[in-house]
Amino acid sequence: MKLNRVAVTGLGAICGLGHNLNEIWANAIAGKPGISTLENQNTENWPVNFGGEVKNFSLSPDLMDLKDQDRFDRFNQFALHSTQEALTQSGLLEAKYNPAKIGVIFGTGLGGFPHIEMHHKTFLEKGARRVSPFFIPSVIPNMAEGLVSIKWGFMGINFAVASACASSAHAIGLAATEIMMGRQDAMVTGGTEAVITPYTIAGFASMKALSKRVDEPARASRPYDTERDGFVMGEGAGILILENYDKAVARGAKIIAEIVGFGASSDANHITAPHPEGAGANICISQALELSGIRKEEVGYINTHGTSTPLGDIAEIQAIKKAFGDHAKNLTLSSTKSMTGHLLGAAGGLESIMCIKALETGMIPPTINVDNQDPECDLFVTPNQSVKRDIQYALNNSFGFGGTNSSTIFKKA
Amino acid sequence: MELQEKVVKLVSEATKMDAANINLNTSFVDDLNLDSLDMVELMMKMEDEFGVEIPEDETENLKSVGDVVNYLKAKSH
Repeated sequence: MKLNRVAVTGLGAICGLGHNLNEIWANAIAGKPGISTLENQNTENWPVNFGGEVKNFSLSPDLMDLKDQDRFDRFNQFALHSTQEALTQSGLLEAKYNPAKIGVIFGTGLGGFPHIEMHHKTFLEKGARRVSPFFIPSVIPNMAEGLVSIKWGFMGINFAVASACASSAHAIGLAATEIMMGRQDAMVTGGTEAVITPYTIAGFASMKALSKRVDEPARASRPYDTERDGFVMGEGAGILILENYDKAVARGAKIIAEIVGFGASSDANHITAPHPEGAGANICISQALELSGIRKEEVGYINTHGTSTPLGDIAEIQAIKKAFGDHAKNLTLSSTKSMTGHLLGAAGGLESIMCIKALETGMIPPTINVDNQDPECDLFVTPNQSVKRDIQYALNNSFGFGGTNSSTIFKKA
Repeated sequence: MELQEKVVKLVSEATKMDAANINLNTSFVDDLNLDSLDMVELMMKMEDEFGVEIPEDETENLKSVGDVVNYLKAKSH
């Protein structure tokens, strides 16, 4: 079966580094941390009080009525905000596609936790009769897709992917597959997440997964550094517009990049810990390479999962060495989570965009806070300063609890 | 504050519509474009504000701001 080529024609993002992609990319290339003390909520008694928080966000009333803005949880609002940005760049709304051939698949790891907590409090304090009819619509993980389809009239495939911190990478892979197979002409994809809440932070803190560097928030996310002590919670969205390559060219769209490979696998090992030698990660990197049809030596950049946890960072480096062999030492790697924190289910969306911007601009964003690189993570991780690289292919890794893995390969346009 | 004024204020807050444009004749569906979920939420707010319980089969008859004001007046007697 001949597969359609998949073009990327639009990008949109929001995270602790900024409210739009231009701002985020400028900050990422400059190596600025988007992590700071949390300001949106009172964090008294929280085990950790910093993160990659989006400050001063308010959704345009053009995208959601003011009366609905109190009703729909933050992850929904990030999705609408960044989808608008991506749609504007792509010009998709002016394209003459059948609405039934435009779909929406996002990844969301947790869904509407802030509103679950809020409505549960009402339930406990005031009883069942005071639980809002908007509780369920606000928190279900696929409502972001629903709202996007309603706002812009996209009547194609529409659902959410949940695979923890690999969610949006899997969403992008699935969305690309829809286009490769010819079921859809265009897809709005990527991911959104906003779960900086006392309950969620407490849960991750109990797992000993979070950095506790409260005195130096901007230096807390430090993948590959010997002093790393856990991930830093982030929030935001990363949205991509994908199109059937030939149809995008025919309508005169500007092609930003191409998706050429996608792999997905499982560690089959442990609920939360990575496989120590990165066995599952190696499988999905190899699958992505196979689908792309390129030689592994052609990959120039990897935006790693690199969450800044002691075990995870080593396991991923092991997987990359295994998958790339001798070429591993020539690769340029970086973990932009050092600047954005970990966007959980939205990480794969934002970091796929980082890969695409690296291809487009020839600039590789750094891994910041690498003061002393861990000898067990001995590949080139772009420590502290961005570098110039004229690369043709970039790979994004995203892994999630449950032992799930995803790798996606992007080609320069 | 008069009962009518209180109801109008509540409807205005819930719908983010200017109170000046809401009167006794304002219809929830035709003028304010409220759907069934909006109505459930609005009735919860009425119950909270006025300390009454509005049974589900009664809410179906409350089609305008005036209907609610009359219903609440009857309840308070």
